[in-house]
Amino acid sequence: MSYSPAELLAVIAARQLAGVKSVFAGVGIPLLAAALAQKTHAPDLTIVVEGGSIGPELLPGQLPISTNEMRVAHRARVLPGITDTFLFAQRGFLEVGFVGGAQVDRFGNLNSSVVGPYNHPQVRLPGSGGANDIISLCHRVMVVTMHERRRFVPKVDFVTSPGFLSGGTSRRDAGLLFGRVSQVVTNLGILGFDEESKAMRLEGLHPGVSVDEVVEMTGFDLLINDQLPITDPPEEKELALLRELDTERRFI
Amino acid sequence: MEPGDFVEARRRLEAKARPGGVKLTSLTEAAGWVKDGDVVAIGGCCYSRTPLAILMEILRQKRRELTLARNLMCYEGEWFIAAKAVETMVSSWFAIGLPWGLSKVFRQAVEGGQLNYEEWSHLALGLRFRAGAMGVPFLPSLSMLGSDLMGVGSAKSMECPFTGETIALVPALFPDVAVLHVHRADRLGNCQIDGYPHMDVDIALASTTVLVTAEEIVSEEQIRSQPDRTKIPGFAVDALVEVPYGAFPHECYGLYEADFDHFDKYVSEGSSQGAEGVRQYLDRYVYNTPDHKDYLSLFGAGTLERKARDAQQLVGRG
Repeated sequence: MSYSPAELLAVIAARQLAGVKSVFAGVGIPLLAAALAQKTHAPDLTIVVEGGSIGPELLPGQLPISTNEMRVAHRARVLPGITDTFLFAQRGFLEVGFVGGAQVDRFGNLNSSVVGPYNHPQVRLPGSGGANDIISLCHRVMVVTMHERRRFVPKVDFVTSPGFLSGGTSRRDAGLLFGRVSQVVTNLGILGFDEESKAMRLEGLHPGVSVDEVVEMTGFDLLINDQLPITDPPEEKELALLRELDTERRFI
Repeated sequence: MEPGDFVEARRRLEAKARPGGVKLTSLTEAAGWVKDGDVVAIGGCCYSRTPLAILMEILRQKRRELTLARNLMCYEGEWFIAAKAVETMVSSWFAIGLPWGLSKVFRQAVEGGQLNYEEWSHLALGLRFRAGAMGVPFLPSLSMLGSDLMGVGSAKSMECPFTGETIALVPALFPDVAVLHVHRADRLGNCQIDGYPHMDVDIALASTTVLVTAEEIVSEEQIRSQPDRTKIPGFAVDALVEVPYGAFPHECYGLYEADFDHFDKYVSEGSSQGAEGVRQYLDRYVYNTPDHKDYLSLFGAGTLERKARDAQQLVGRG
């Protein structure tokens, strides 16, 4: 069965949520992945969205575009204020967070603020929103992104959302005691981080993808595991559930 | 006022003769509270409950050199840039949403050096409003640490005096003026908000002057019958105006959904052409519409009714 790169991303990200009880998800692929996980591998999953919605259900064909609109409040259990929603994460209630960015570097730092210097950028991007908070405060964070060489840079121009900073213990030394970037899920494979150096490491490949292809699409030297399991391709059931939700194919 | 100056903020609040009685006034008079150079905080979030009617009136009154603070800035930010009304923006994010891409107007203003943009994490900006609402100089935060966001605003870090851990400190933001749109209020300014509260209550309490538009002015008896739903006390409000559809084409929880078709039109015919495109949009929708009823007539009664039905369905009442 054929599937788009975005569908693959959503399916793989959803599988990583197996057994998870709470996820802090932004709109688009992360929210679709969370909703898919709820219907498959994580029936007890509570979805939390930063606009202030806890436990919403998505209406097929009416997916939210912002994190704070009525579409993402549908059948929610709690609608707290935005500051309070993040404070649930700061207190330690929220397990997994999803983030993305225009750039990601070998230590999992993300940039969604500027290409070029902050005060005279070549490209001014939308900014952090809640990404900095999610990556700093959830138990663990999954980066979900397309795998492109211009995106996977040796060092981000601006650390909007801190991964492992300069590696080693630098994240903890900066005062970030609790969270960590656990995985980077891309359309080519699954990556993690070396336990000591915290440098990014290729840990699995999607069907039909070669190591060379991943290396080619990565702008820095990747660590590569000896064993590289091949992901099971998206199942018909997973794709059908996704397409039922995003009937307009707005995000997939 | 310097960030975190809680003494000056308190002095300004006490020095103000905040009227205790009826707050009802017109949009023109309410917007008249805003002065050139003010720090104006905007309620709602992105395209939810944005106080568009009063923001349009502030534009009609040709204010200049404003600082705008909003947690997620939507295209109202482009209006103020295109109108040359804003010098500095304080926010965590600026766009409409994924389908509409990056904001060309915002990009050109920041990349060209015409706009100071102070970026905070979403929580950090929320804590800045909350510190303001609490009347204290700062709050500690566990986010922002280690990131480059620490260096672009006025956040600081310190060793926690109790645990020795490194914590971030974000200074209170005390806006000169808050502009908010709520569901209902009595004439004394006691405000009720349905659905998402966003950051409106903290913004109201942190600000020296608070201007509110409400979908509906209701009786004092109705407010007294459901006081648990009242989010902002009347003593925090300076001016109140009844403006049905006061956030349209942005959404107002339970009452009307956002008009995404209009967003498409705004971007394709306006903002995708840069600031000049936005100025042409403003000419048509803001400067040539003396009041909010004229403005709404540009959308047509059918659209307003359809968006009201969509909202009812989404909150499970349709």
